[in-house]
Amino acid sequence: MVATVFDVKNLTKVYRSGDVEIHALRGVNMRLREGEMTVLLGPSGSGKSTLLNILGGLDTATSGTATFRDMVLTDMDERELNLYRRDHVGFVFQFYNLIPSLSAEENVSLVTEIAPNPMSPREALDIVGLGERLSHFPSQLSGGEQQRVAIARAIAKRPEVLLCDEPTGALDSKTGVRVLEALAQVNEELGTTTALITHNAAVRAIGHRVFQFGDGKIVQTRANRKRLKPAQVTW
Amino acid sequence: MRPLDRKLIRDFRRLSGQALAIALVMAAGVATLILAVGAYRSLEETRSAYYERYRFADIFASATRAPTHLKQRILQIPGVAAVETRIAEFALLDVAGMVQPATGMAISLPDHRDVTLNRLFVRRGRLPQAGRVDEVAVDESFANAHDMDIAATFSAILNGRKRALRVVGIALSPEFIYALGPGDVIPDPKRFGVMWMSQKSLEAIFDLDGAFNSVSVKLLRNTDEAETIKRLDDLLERYGGSGAYGRKDQQSHAFIDAELKQLQGMARVIPPIFLAVSAFLINMTLMRLIALEREQIGLLKALGYWRRTIVAHYLKLVVVIAGGGILIGFAAGTLLGQGLTRLYGDFFHFPFLIFQRNPDIYVIAAAISLAAAVAGALRALYSVLTQPPAVAMSPPAPIRYRHLGLEHTALFRHVTQLTMMALRHMIRFPVRTGLTILGVAMSVSLLIVALFSLDSIEYMIDATFFRADRQDATITFVDERPLSVMQAVERLPGVLRAEPFRSVPVRLRHGHLHRKIAISGKPPETDLSRVLDLNLQPVILPEAGLVLSEHVANELNVRPGQRLEVEVLEGRRAKLSLPVSQIIQTYLGMAVYMDNAALSEILDESVQVSGAHIAYDGAATEELFEAVKNLPAVSAIALQKTSLARFRETLAQTIYIMTTVYIALSGVIAFGVVYNSARIQLSERSREFASLRVLGFTRNEVSRVMFTELATLVLLAIPLGYLIGYGFASVVVKSFESDLYRMPFVIAPSTYAVASIVVLIAAGFSALMVHRRINRLDLVSALKTRE
Ligand SMILES: Nc1ncnc2c1ncn2[C@@H]1O[C@H](COP(=O)(O)OP(=O)(O)OP(=O)(O)O)[C@@H](O)[C@H]1O
Ligand SMILES: [Mg+2]
Repeated sequence: MVATVFDVKNLTKVYRSGDVEIHALRGVNMRLREGEMTVLLGPSGSGKSTLLNILGGLDTATSGTATFRDMVLTDMDERELNLYRRDHVGFVFQFYNLIPSLSAEENVSLVTEIAPNPMSPREALDIVGLGERLSHFPSQLSGGEQQRVAIARAIAKRPEVLLCDEPTGALDSKTGVRVLEALAQVNEELGTTTALITHNAAVRAIGHRVFQFGDGKIVQTRANRKRLKPAQVTW
Repeated sequence: MRPLDRKLIRDFRRLSGQALAIALVMAAGVATLILAVGAYRSLEETRSAYYERYRFADIFASATRAPTHLKQRILQIPGVAAVETRIAEFALLDVAGMVQPATGMAISLPDHRDVTLNRLFVRRGRLPQAGRVDEVAVDESFANAHDMDIAATFSAILNGRKRALRVVGIALSPEFIYALGPGDVIPDPKRFGVMWMSQKSLEAIFDLDGAFNSVSVKLLRNTDEAETIKRLDDLLERYGGSGAYGRKDQQSHAFIDAELKQLQGMARVIPPIFLAVSAFLINMTLMRLIALEREQIGLLKALGYWRRTIVAHYLKLVVVIAGGGILIGFAAGTLLGQGLTRLYGDFFHFPFLIFQRNPDIYVIAAAISLAAAVAGALRALYSVLTQPPAVAMSPPAPIRYRHLGLEHTALFRHVTQLTMMALRHMIRFPVRTGLTILGVAMSVSLLIVALFSLDSIEYMIDATFFRADRQDATITFVDERPLSVMQAVERLPGVLRAEPFRSVPVRLRHGHLHRKIAISGKPPETDLSRVLDLNLQPVILPEAGLVLSEHVANELNVRPGQRLEVEVLEGRRAKLSLPVSQIIQTYLGMAVYMDNAALSEILDESVQVSGAHIAYDGAATEELFEAVKNLPAVSAIALQKTSLARFRETLAQTIYIMTTVYIALSGVIAFGVVYNSARIQLSERSREFASLRVLGFTRNEVSRVMFTELATLVLLAIPLGYLIGYGFASVVVKSFESDLYRMPFVIAPSTYAVASIVVLIAAGFSALMVHRRINRLDLVSALKTRE
């Protein structure tokens, strides 16, 4: 029996902006297992990012519980969540969020600085194929390159869990495949539990399991009987 | 180097223009406090050291002729530490190259010993030798005004005889830091000077062998001054004493005290306003600057950085900016303060200067500025750090603009979409817009505070020199003359009109309050030297009763209808009780008026005059002065135009300098604030502007959105600044009040105009800088990354 890394029960999230309530999550239940690679699919606005943010300790839930191993994320305070993010999570943000005044290498070292067992920023950037662009600033990189720096930053700390919000959204098929290979490599070699959001239906084939989102809920969970290697995926 | 420190350095470089502007605003606030308080304290300390070292007396009195042995009796008065008796007499001077006559005060120095009170600081040369009738030491300001040096000569009419005098020394005395001639309202070293001569010489000249007519007394600590004055008056009464007085009524002391009080007032009121405003502006600016970093703060948090690490990171930036500002402020404040102290020191003719650099003022200025800066940064950090990282990091949701509801009105028919965009943006962020307006308004208000004193002074000059005292000159007689002397005055060459006046030294008492003052007796209706009421309308003096200037009335706490005890300090020394009939306005000096006929009546004498105000024909000036110089009956002539010129000169050396410094500093603040507002606005909206450019709008069109916003903000801020400035100025004007000046509260339209123009220029300059940045806006990178 493989250990459960994330256990999510009846998770809801309501955003209030002014007098409007937006139900981003309406009772989500799911489990992610140790070493598993999962793919989150669903239409825009269906709550994928919201769930990932809560799992990554970046946001708080309105009700329900989410646990990471024996830690109840939904009960943790600000300090504990920070420690959790720092020690366990690698996150690839949907909007890259690089620091414009730092070069690619420095953006990665921002994480390796505070991680207990990191790889070198150079190594991480090599993995995403940016070994030659170390000293370039975000404004000198293309959107896809920025996204790869963001991925390098996430994997550089050798996290236990890797949460990726559309890591290939801005990439062409060829570079997208390289990024996915990097993620798959980390997942296989380090046993990193990985969840990745994508709008690309073709990518679903690389996960062990696929969660289909719709209107703040998981409408379908499917295990891939036959996983494809990233190299076999094209779009 | 840690990546965060790298980021810090790069951020600092990127923000260097703004950082400098912020630092300068801060420096201006800090410098104001340091320079004003520093200068005031240095001068205060210098004066008290001067008084101390040169043994400035505490009580002064004069008599007509008192025997030398009275000195022993005075020494026996309890509390008296030292006594110095001497001869002091006025003399009309004839100085080569000077058409108008000057007045001198001849003061005796003891022969064969040093003077014990009011010691002289000899700048050059030596003191006159015993018995040398032709030797004088002259006061330094008088010497400077006449370019006199050792061995210079001039002549003086001493006891009716013209004598040639030779300068052997140039000296300073704590008693005559300010030397005010008779009939003058402002010191004029060209027309009035103090000269020290050997006692023996003066005794011989004035037939005062074995006698004195002036005495100075030094008191032991904690002695009751009033009691000593009373005893001294009792002793001198038989010898024609004209009432002893303390330092408060000693002209030089009163004058310098008034100046220092004014400096202190300015130091107490204006710098705190400057510091508070700059602190507020720094606080606001840094808050907005840090708020721009919202997403990066969110990211750092998301990556697992501790709050304290993030806070420390941004505080480093703030501390570097604030530290720079504070250091610049320290340096500027110290240097300006020293410069100012030196200027005032020259003006006061202090023989030495003591610079006070108390750490407290530096600590206070630095602490307030730093606290304001840190608080602004913390406020911004706190609001981001309390959000979940996911929220802080997400790109700002597209703004929900509101329709203004005005779009279809006539007013807006011709307004373009871009203008609409600017206006909607301001309304969408009312707090931010409000703060910017308030910030700019504050800088307008500082300019008004700095400028308005000049308006008040001009008004005071107009009221004093052109509405009240309209005479060309004032002649003072050696002693009282019968009214018939006026015919002689009217016959002087060139004299068009003449008005007599009588001056009677008195002590006014109301309850426990008392002042030594002169009552001016005048004809009830005058045309040259007029008495003006509180609305500056001419007053006809009542047949009985006193007319007090508002300041005197306040000093004695009396209202019209109440009575004052009047102790006449000459002649029969009558003690009377007189009603106060009216309160009138004078901005200079302390004035008490009375109908001269009524005054003679209560003095029980026929109408006497002490001098005359005259109007003369400018073409006959030389003949008139020549005639006056040779009239033994005249002891002094004061020229109104010269007084006015001197008054302006005095102000130029004191208030104007201070005001100029304040104007410069408020200008710096105005530029700093407007520039920062514009830059932050640009940062907040660079993406939006880049999008506009991408959509095909030209650079100029995009700049116009910024300009519209900036112009609207500034135009709204200016009237608000007028209001705040008016409020601040009304507080400041009170701090100017002293025995010598009252400042009318006047803000001229030109002050509002200048304040507005400075801020508009600052806005124009900022707009230009922002326009250049918009031109350089790198479209692709502005859209790709968020700064
Ligand atoms: N900070 C917020 N305030 C208000 N509503 C929000 C906020 N963040 C997300 N939402 C709303 O919550 C819902 C879910 O958003 P979420 O970002 O999880 O969608 P998503 O599935 O990731 O969509 P996409 O594929 O477009 O990224 C959406 O309707 C969104 O508008
Ligand atoms: Mg999303």
